[in-house]
Amino acid sequence: MIAFLTRRLVATVVLLAVISFVTFTLFHFGPADPAAAACGQECTPERIAEARVALGMDKPFLSQYLTYMSGLFHGRTVGAPGAESLCQWPCFGKSFQTNEDVAAVLERALPYTLSVAVGAIVLWTVVGVTFGTLAALRRNKLTDKLIVGAASVGVSLPIPVTGLLLLLVFVSTLDVLPFTTNAITSPFGPAGFDGWFLNYLLPWVALAVLFSAQYIRVTRSSMLETLGEDFMRTARAKGLSKAAMVVRHGARAGLTPVVTMLGLDIGLLLGGAVLTEQIFSVPGVGFTAVRAAQAGDLPLTMAITLLAAFFIIVANVVVDAVYAVIDPRVRAA
Amino acid sequence: MTTTTDQPLLRIRDLHVAFPTDDGLVHAVNGMDLTLARGETVGIVGESGSGKTVTSQALMGLLKETRAQVTGEILLDGTDLNSLSEDRMRAWRGKKIAMIFQDPLSAMHPFHSVGAQIAEAYRVHNKVSRKAATAVAVDMLGRVGIPDPKRRAAAFPHEFSGGMRQRAMIAMALVCEPELLIADEPTTALDVTVQAQILDLLGELQQETGTAVVLVTHDLGVVAEVCHHVAVMYGGQCVERGSVRELFRDPRHPYTQGLLASMPTLGDDGERLRPIPGFPPSLTALPAGCLFADRCPQTHRVPDGRCHSERPAFLTGDAADHPSRCHQETLATAEEAAR
Ligand SMILES: Nc1ncnc2c1ncn2[C@@H]1O[C@H](COP(=O)(O)OP(=O)(O)O)[C@@H](O)[C@H]1O
Ligand code: SF4
Ligand SMILES: [Mg+2]
Repeated sequence: MIAFLTRRLVATVVLLAVISFVTFTLFHFGPADPAAAACGQECTPERIAEARVALGMDKPFLSQYLTYMSGLFHGRTVGAPGAESLCQWPCFGKSFQTNEDVAAVLERALPYTLSVAVGAIVLWTVVGVTFGTLAALRRNKLTDKLIVGAASVGVSLPIPVTGLLLLLVFVSTLDVLPFTTNAITSPFGPAGFDGWFLNYLLPWVALAVLFSAQYIRVTRSSMLETLGEDFMRTARAKGLSKAAMVVRHGARAGLTPVVTMLGLDIGLLLGGAVLTEQIFSVPGVGFTAVRAAQAGDLPLTMAITLLAAFFIIVANVVVDAVYAVIDPRVRAA
Repeated sequence: MTTTTDQPLLRIRDLHVAFPTDDGLVHAVNGMDLTLARGETVGIVGESGSGKTVTSQALMGLLKETRAQVTGEILLDGTDLNSLSEDRMRAWRGKKIAMIFQDPLSAMHPFHSVGAQIAEAYRVHNKVSRKAATAVAVDMLGRVGIPDPKRRAAAFPHEFSGGMRQRAMIAMALVCEPELLIADEPTTALDVTVQAQILDLLGELQQETGTAVVLVTHDLGVVAEVCHHVAVMYGGQCVERGSVRELFRDPRHPYTQGLLASMPTLGDDGERLRPIPGFPPSLTALPAGCLFADRCPQTHRVPDGRCHSERPAFLTGDAADHPSRCHQETLATAEEAAR
């Protein structure tokens, strides 16, 4: 188990290094010219040249990459000679829009994204697993058909549609829920759990409608497969009750694919729920990413790209580790 | 309910099982009869698709609450299992009647240790702590010949060899000391030397515990080795039954005769051999006459084409010890009566 985790961790570090290099290369040789973007509207060739020096772009490509990477491990100074300023650890450079440390911008955005992610994940996992299992147990009966029908509607509803419908019904028409405010970022803040809950309920539901539907489908088909396994017949032959069979034998095996999916979705969502954050004006990572891309804020865009990649890779490792805990056959491999 | 010693432990009478499918009703078992005394072993033999597994599933009550239509009587100790509710049957499963399966790897849960799975089987029917149940499981693993049982109990099914897994499966089935054990092709997935070891083990345990065994197999060699009685199945019917001695010495039914004549030497994969030319009857459209008529080389011995028009039945009376489901039997008794 230890060896397994060590191996995976080493592989992860290597992968992160590769990803960062690829991302850096793409941004470096991409169509956008950071110097032009950095110097804003009234640019003269001289000012662009100055900006190139300020951004370190006069140095060779590899040395630029190494400088950038070193900033991730300890702070460094950035800016033109004579006008340097400190960029604190972890340094992703300064935002072109505000000249703030990119890390500070991200730190501000992350709690919003976390708030959206946590609730949505809990909601869709509970709904997806419960109804997916129920549908499998009631295979071909009315309950199953209703659930499967609802899921097919759910997967075909795009988030913007659900989101706008929710806003229209619950905020504009019925006026039972507030429009999301940016003042609440945590269930432990002054607004309390209730305030936080109500504030993020609509974004959660908007995400959960789509994801629950997917989770219902995966759970149902995986549980159906598991319920047909030989070991389920053995469990029945032992004289186990139906509940014990389903929970101890069925769920244990049938929910493994859900664990994988969940891990990857968590990783994905931490990188920002772009559409949801846009629709509900939640200034999370996804929202920030869109703004940064529109404004040509390359340091911020690149940092978010790296962050998203980081979350996805870490999620993969966690999924593998959890898998090894669940399935003893994986540990041996 | 009174249980007398001369009442057989198990008595199956006219068991029918049909599965509704998209292609129509599949008549998998069509009037199966079987009797088994306490502590004895009966072999159910027949080629693939003859309804052996479906019969054992019906015995375990595993077809309850499925789409299968099951009729007839399965008397265990005088109680008809077929009319028991799922709830009452559950209390019997594992405790009075247990089962081992052909492929122990897929029959065990891959994520639970072998010891835990045996302990679970014990705890379903005995109110003991997890620890006590684990001790029972370890003891049981020792009894089925697994070396270092304490350590092996913590291992997972995939860490066992095929033979050891089947031993563990046997331990799981016998842990509650059932009166009846159903073994559905318990050695088919194993290689020859291991097959013999597992059969020996079953024999030994049976001597020790007095459990009666229904051994399902397609291999007559296995039957000859370990069974007291044998029932030959064809098309979901028992076509001949008797003591192993009688049946091997004097096979009465043309199908049994064909089987014996083509008996593979021990260790051959009998499933792939098709001893008698032709195919079993379609289970969705059973012939009106004898189910074996299409393949039977002896139809000319029965007059008036009765093989194709009339389904033969088992004779009772003198022939009951070694009955054969063939019109030739009726003719023979009629001749005797005429004399
Ligand atoms: N659940 C089921 N639905 C439909 N047909 C089935 C089902 N189970 C078994 N059968 C059919 O019943 C017949 C007997 O099968 P089985 O008892 O498994 O044969 P055996 O064990 O003797 O090889 C086969 O033709 C099989 O296809
Ligand atoms: S009844 Fe006829 S077809 Fe059937 S086994 Fe006897 S001889 Fe053969
Ligand atoms: Mg079978």
